[in-house]
Amino acid sequence: MSYHVNEKGYYGNFGGAYIPEMLYPNVEELRSKYLKIIHEPDFKQEFELLLKDYVGRPSPLYLAHRLSERYGAKIFLKREDLNHTGAHKINNTIGQILLAQRLGKKRIIAETGAGQHGVATATVCALKGLECVVYMGEVDIERQAPNVARMKMMGATVIPATSGSKTLKDATNEAMRDWINNPVDTHYIIGSVVGPHPYPDMVARFQSIISEETRWQLKEKTGTESADYVLACVGGGSNAVGMFYHFLEDEQVKLIAVEAAGKGVHSGKSAATTALGREGVLHGSRSILMQTNDGQVVEPYSISAGLDYPGIGPQHAHLHTIKRAQYVNITDDEALKAGLLLAQLEGIIPAIESAHALAYLEKMKFKGETVVVCLSGRGDKDLATYMNYFGLG
Amino acid sequence: MNRLQTLFKEKKDPILSIYFTAGYPDLNSTLDIAEALEKAGADFLEIGFPYSDPVADGPVIQNSSQKALENGMTLNLLFEQLRDLRKRVSIPVLLMGYVNPVLQYGVENFCHAAAEAGIDGVIVPDLPMYEYEELYRNCFEQHQLSNIFLVTPQTVEDRIRKIDDLSNGFIYLLSSSATTGKNLAVSTDTESYFARIKAMKLKNPTMIGFGISDKESFNKAAQYTRGAIVGSAFMKLLGAPDYLSRIPKFIQSLKN
Ligand SMILES: Cc1ncc(COP(=O)(O)O)c(C=O)c1O
Repeated sequence: MSYHVNEKGYYGNFGGAYIPEMLYPNVEELRSKYLKIIHEPDFKQEFELLLKDYVGRPSPLYLAHRLSERYGAKIFLKREDLNHTGAHKINNTIGQILLAQRLGKKRIIAETGAGQHGVATATVCALKGLECVVYMGEVDIERQAPNVARMKMMGATVIPATSGSKTLKDATNEAMRDWINNPVDTHYIIGSVVGPHPYPDMVARFQSIISEETRWQLKEKTGTESADYVLACVGGGSNAVGMFYHFLEDEQVKLIAVEAAGKGVHSGKSAATTALGREGVLHGSRSILMQTNDGQVVEPYSISAGLDYPGIGPQHAHLHTIKRAQYVNITDDEALKAGLLLAQLEGIIPAIESAHALAYLEKMKFKGETVVVCLSGRGDKDLATYMNYFGLG
Repeated sequence: MNRLQTLFKEKKDPILSIYFTAGYPDLNSTLDIAEALEKAGADFLEIGFPYSDPVADGPVIQNSSQKALENGMTLNLLFEQLRDLRKRVSIPVLLMGYVNPVLQYGVENFCHAAAEAGIDGVIVPDLPMYEYEELYRNCFEQHQLSNIFLVTPQTVEDRIRKIDDLSNGFIYLLSSSATTGKNLAVSTDTESYFARIKAMKLKNPTMIGFGISDKESFNKAAQYTRGAIVGSAFMKLLGAPDYLSRIPKFIQSLKN
């Protein structure tokens, strides 16, 4: 059973490139060149150097003592929150900007939910002196204000998406429309393992550094590069794919992907895609999608802007279907509590997205197992939400 | 031969096609609008079935789609409305929309229902050529549904040839790579693109769409192809309360 994309762009039944002809030339250019470019020695050298000196990789694998004690397991946090710009998103934007440069593109567009991908894109555009336009849902602009300011300070133009639920899905629609209207010279840096082939595979490869490092770090710390459980949150699924990547073939490792249940899976205000969705096509790929019987996409909800998306990447749909990974969900309340707990036990304030992965520890039973949780981002952007929720300050 | 193929075979004058979204502005206006368009002189129709996330569309069709969905339009309901289509309308009619509603309806069911209603062709912009060939083509051809592919100024020649081979109605030339509703700005670039396609002597007829809004742009399109498709400009007219009575004048203003 293969866990990766085949030559037609599919993971089992999922994937493909469901795009209008207007996007075909750009996507086809990318498809025919991405593997060759990312394997060129000069690309690899520049990518690795930037990850080291600019992003600050390798990110630490931290044994969280008090958290471990509380749950009776050996819990390691993969500290993507310590990356430059504060999340895993920059691993992908560094890769894609180097690719865009080699394709001769002059203008970069992106969608963003929590703003972390928007910030990571604005950052690499500043680094390379390229024009940057970021689409962001009006609702997200409000709840992630610090990230909007950061993007603007780095010279990006932030355009509000005002259709639909005014969140990540709608920002993605607008970015795709921009790309249709700017068919030459523009590269679209998609921020997760979603979109038409080759995006899910390309983004997965750039994010796979997370598990590549984790394995040698585990070996250093525990004597074996394997673990019992690996957990990550899933919006589109890029930190999870990056965290799972080099564990996929290590079949004894249980992979747990945590989706956002919002106010509860059956509350009508949720973003728990695998629990609520069916096979469908959105944003260029066939995957699992929250939708009506008529095939209309259902507006998702999560307190976490980065998980507030009605789909998941096609590789996740595949891993879910073949049961290589387990898909679970966590409510707003559970996530916020887990965020507070980490702050108080370990002195680390996690992004609300990452807090969803942490919250699942509460539901597991341990007998001293080795567990890795991907701490995909830091919580600075979410302080207002935490303060409000807990009545702090 | 379906009605669409017959039209292209027999008609000598420029061909005018009109797009409108089913369920907009009123849930049950679909057949009234279709009938009024035929009476006013439209040569064929594209009836859009709405989708929540129409990425290839500009604001006008985004809004009409959203309104139609709010009104309660679904593919199921549309096929119910279309039961009387052939009692009231004799010109060719195509269905146009995104792939996900078709997938949920079921490809076989969709083809069957479309053929039953007297539909002649289908335009699904986000259905890839590969999936069409593998999973849709047989079903479409069995039910005499012409599948319409799009071509943009960036589509390379090999691919246009391939599209020509797979087509059996007409080829939909986009005036530029754009979402719907942008006015056609005829430049030397667009004219040389139209001329380039014309010189390819494709087997299938071509029509120009996206950005055709008035007599001038319609005539320009007809210089290079068999005619043009008007969408957003017509959808704007449907925003007026007395839209049905405005249709004849609108069609006359496009034709001569
Ligand atoms: C910190 C953090 N984690 C996770 C996500 C969700 O994205 P993905 O599922 O692609 O990792 C985001 C998205 O904005 C994020 O900012």
